[in-house]
Amino acid sequence: MHIMEGFLPHPWWEIWFALSLPVVVYGAYNINRLIKEQREALPLLAVAGAFVFVLSSLKLPSVTGSCSHPTGTGMGAILFGPGMTSVLATIVLVYQAFFLAHGGLTTLGANVFSMGIAGPFVGYLIYKASMRSGLNLYAAVFLAATMADFATYIVTSIQLALAFPASSGGALASLKAFAAIFAVTQIPLAIVEGVVTALMFKYILQARSDVLVRLKVVSPKALSDIKEATV
Amino acid sequence: MRGKGEFIALAALAIFFLGFIFVNSTGDHEWGGADGEAEGVIADLTGGAYRPWIDPVWEPPSGEIESLFFSLQAAVGGLVIGYFLGYYRRAKGAS
Repeated sequence: MHIMEGFLPHPWWEIWFALSLPVVVYGAYNINRLIKEQREALPLLAVAGAFVFVLSSLKLPSVTGSCSHPTGTGMGAILFGPGMTSVLATIVLVYQAFFLAHGGLTTLGANVFSMGIAGPFVGYLIYKASMRSGLNLYAAVFLAATMADFATYIVTSIQLALAFPASSGGALASLKAFAAIFAVTQIPLAIVEGVVTALMFKYILQARSDVLVRLKVVSPKALSDIKEATV
Repeated sequence: MRGKGEFIALAALAIFFLGFIFVNSTGDHEWGGADGEAEGVIADLTGGAYRPWIDPVWEPPSGEIESLFFSLQAAVGGLVIGYFLGYYRRAKGAS
């Protein structure tokens, strides 16, 4: 669930644009390099983008009695890092802003920041840290995707809280109110997203583990560990 | 064990679905969007004074048409995933 059109007053919508733009430009530059240097990874980039398309179209009911949707950006973050994932998220957010009045063009900067940058960045860090600590590959993917999803909505809550501080208690009090909606609703959805992402990752690994090794997503050693314990 | 990942995913989805059935049976819920509820919080925080300063360029004229565009989004995504995973499998020599 993104911040709706017109719901971020000046100067906040400009600030989030200013923060997001450099990352999206950096991501576009990296995609350009990928096209030139690692063409065999391009279908995987398409799959990561399509995964965001599918998951962010599914509005799911949650324990709070309201609905929200997963983000799908954890997969992109694991495979290509937050930079390139921010470009994938931007494409989806522009589509939803134009055709669905979901999110908005003035709030695009803020929504790209939460769903395309902050969430994927958290997921990316968790994935790298988990792999370094020797955690099971699929557990690492699950954790990264779940937390990327969850972090997205924490950041959305922060963005709204900063723009609408409560008259008593300030931004911290309004953060509580927004997080009670976004973050709590998101918990079960984030877990489902983590599980689905881990399963999808298994299919990608089965199809082209060599590309994952070349992208440095999995080390040859982690790969042989997995192959021995056939999942 | 083969199919372990699929089993875990199905179990998670089943629990998620049961959670929905349970919550739905505990009273009247609107099942509206979380963003709509956030709009309510903004109204509370500002004493109802905040008005969005710009409207969406275009709004789906009905819920039916909105669901059309959401389905389209999911369908395109599913198509691309299926196509390229199939392409990869074949390129690898069909396993």
